[in-house]
Amino acid sequence: MSKLTKKDVEHVASLAKLSISDKELEKYLKQLDEIVNYIGELNEVDTESTEPTSQTTGLENIFRPDELKPQQSLSDEETHNGYFKVEAVLTERTDK
Amino acid sequence: MNLPLTIKETQAGLKEKKFKAAEIVREYLERIKKHDKGINAFLTISEEQAFEAAAKVDRLLENSGEDAFNQYPLLGVTVAYKDLFLTKGIRTTAGSKVLESFVPAYSATVVERLQKAGCILVGKTNCDAWAHGASGENSDFGPTKNPWQPEFVPGGSSSGSAAAIAANFSLIACGTDTGGSVRQPANFCGVVGLKPTYGVVSRYGIIAMASSLDSVGHFARTVEDARRIFEITKGEDGYDGTLVNPKAKMQNSKLKIGIPKEYFIEGLDKEVEESILNAMEVFRKEGIEIVEVSLPHTKYAISVYYIVQPAEVSSNLGRYDGVRYGNDRNSFGAEAKRRIMLGTYVLSAGYYDAYYLKAMKVRSKIIQDFEQAFEEVDAILAPVSPTPPFKLGEKADNPLQMYLADILTVAGNLAGIPGLAIPSGFTKNGLPLGFQLLGPRFSEETLFSLGELYQKATDYQPKVAI
Repeated sequence: MSKLTKKDVEHVASLAKLSISDKELEKYLKQLDEIVNYIGELNEVDTESTEPTSQTTGLENIFRPDELKPQQSLSDEETHNGYFKVEAVLTERTDK
Repeated sequence: MNLPLTIKETQAGLKEKKFKAAEIVREYLERIKKHDKGINAFLTISEEQAFEAAAKVDRLLENSGEDAFNQYPLLGVTVAYKDLFLTKGIRTTAGSKVLESFVPAYSATVVERLQKAGCILVGKTNCDAWAHGASGENSDFGPTKNPWQPEFVPGGSSSGSAAAIAANFSLIACGTDTGGSVRQPANFCGVVGLKPTYGVVSRYGIIAMASSLDSVGHFARTVEDARRIFEITKGEDGYDGTLVNPKAKMQNSKLKIGIPKEYFIEGLDKEVEESILNAMEVFRKEGIEIVEVSLPHTKYAISVYYIVQPAEVSSNLGRYDGVRYGNDRNSFGAEAKRRIMLGTYVLSAGYYDAYYLKAMKVRSKIIQDFEQAFEEVDAILAPVSPTPPFKLGEKADNPLQMYLADILTVAGNLAGIPGLAIPSGFTKNGLPLGFQLLGPRFSEETLFSLGELYQKATDYQPKVAI
């Protein structure tokens, strides 16, 4: 199995929108490399004629009406005029 | 007061007016206040709601007497939920700082159903953040301790729920099992834990970990109680599209249990092995035929699991962007970051076929193993964990070692089959021992029957740690 590089870890972190420090990078590189090497053992299993399983229920296309109800909103955190309150993203210009 | 330890005792006490629901609730809350500082089983205690619900129970009993129990099968039963279950108006964190202040606008189906059946919610329990872990140490709110011996882990990820039962902080508790997270903490805390068939209990309103593996289970002190809870939680709800109403299967008149030789792995603790053989003897004496079965792909289960599960985790945790609710992605703890990165890696261009597709194929092989075994036997008897509870910190710095703790439970999740963890005694050092029964999909009834047979044959008396 190929060895993970720092670049690989930086790449997946950026794909996953995670910011990690240099110290974390070192730690995750070692740990992830160990795990990726371990799971590589699956290569020894012959799956030439095996179909993949993505779920175990065998069910397909279960439909229900798409109804909008306030109790199906995501959160009961504080709202203002029906919108969730979050920290300001923009600040006032200081050069005016 | 001496708290009742089973649903039957609780309801008999209420019927005979030995105590009121409000008195039981007060006693549980006092115990939590007194002992939980050292155990950290609870993240939120819902004192006000608990007393309100208890008052309702007492009014009902006064007005309708014993009839109330027909209408509300779990009347007076206190319940604690893993903090992954949405509870309307009560903070739900998933054990993560990301959702530190998240207050859900609705309750999970299971919470609704248990409430309608007469249960009293006492609080929300600690867990490994996002249910990632086998020890409880990944909680962003500090680890839960094992009530039997606090320098040992209670198992995970439903750590607080299992510990709450062992410490007698609640009569029953709920948890989730994605790779063993109900069975393993049940095993480490000496209580009964059910992981139902995938697609029998609704996941609606439960924070998703790995969607093709998550199943919603519960903890109790006896198999009989576990069965009574399952009667309420199971079945379609119109919200979770994976649900089917299980058809009652005819049980074979003569049951056969299989012992999978691949589960007696190198490194299996001597006392654990002995306890499994003792359980086997109990079943044999009760007239159950015991045969050896083979599940040849067992050794690959952990690799398949640690590809499929992080892949699904990376997708499910994608929604926590700090915009719609909760804090931003910098608030994720180390284990969540590790799993998101691992999942992103196995799904990324160039690696998908080698890891993810390969894992889905080997998953099929693991399922075939079980199907073949269940042609011959009605259930499988196996250890839950290779060792008794380990010490806090023992595996905390080595993620791979921690992952390997799941080795005997993950195959059941990959196959979507039910598992029932049952306590069987204690080690020489006083730590809990137990075993699991696995059965084909929808065979919960068979597992309950076997479990009840075992507890009856051994004259099992529930014990609490504190």
